[in-house]
Amino acid sequence: MEDDATPTLEPWQVMGENLDIMTGGIPWGRRMSFRVTKLEKGRVWGVQPWKERLVGDPDTGVIHGGVLTSFLDNLSGMAASSSLEKARFVSTLDLRIDYMRPAEPQREILGEAECYHITRNVCFTHAWAYHESRDKVIATAAGAFAINKPRSVESLRAF
Amino acid sequence: MADELLPSRAEQVQAFLGRTPFAQEIGMRCEVMGDEMTAIMPFQQKLIGNFTIQALHGGAIAAFLELTAMAQVYLVTEHLERPPRPINITIDYLRQGHAKDTFARATITKMGRRMCSVRAEAWQDERSKPVTSLLAHFKVSAD
Repeated sequence: MEDDATPTLEPWQVMGENLDIMTGGIPWGRRMSFRVTKLEKGRVWGVQPWKERLVGDPDTGVIHGGVLTSFLDNLSGMAASSSLEKARFVSTLDLRIDYMRPAEPQREILGEAECYHITRNVCFTHAWAYHESRDKVIATAAGAFAINKPRSVESLRAF
Repeated sequence: MADELLPSRAEQVQAFLGRTPFAQEIGMRCEVMGDEMTAIMPFQQKLIGNFTIQALHGGAIAAFLELTAMAQVYLVTEHLERPPRPINITIDYLRQGHAKDTFARATITKMGRRMCSVRAEAWQDERSKPVTSLLAHFKVSAD
């Protein structure tokens, strides 16, 4: 007999209810001050605000590439874990970033990530960073994430 | 005589890190020895990416490696007025970064006229056990 009295939420549903703590709960996430704005199964959207302390080129005021790396790495990781049927943490195996054009100073950057393939142990992701639309992209990312050992769906809430 | 008044490239590298807000944000310093350099990212609480296991955030280490590679290229490209722009980077997360100081070195694999290929590695306790490695291409043509 199966107990189907309480429908179990899928990981992405729990993550979607806790968008604020997905990045605000970790020190580095808070320092980078990016936010996740929307989450679907295997797809995540976010915003990286412009901040003086994140500038990589003091002459132009353009944000450092490393900030984009962090931002796209996080969004990709969330896209990966939100695509799974069971709650699992994922860790980045590798990430490739292509810088297409410099970001404009004093402007926030929008980001989007999707998990396009899953195997037993690995999630594959694509991500984009841009100001207005994906037609005029600042950077793209391709990532591979290792799927870690099982955890309860509830553990995602505390994260 | 006039040459002595100009800052050396090593001093320019230090000045670049000193006035780059993001390098200051991650607390990066570097020690230049001729055409080589070792970068240091002292541990700070804000670099943490995972509380429960007290691990550094991968993005912080990646940013540190990218700056290390950029500084190393800038150090040896005297014709460039400004630090080189990255074309792409690939980061390989090899081990967990713990809550301690991180060091990095970069090696230029190929210096071309327009682009160069660089490898960089970050380590903590043992140089032979890198935490993260990076492969990057930079544009080195002066235009």
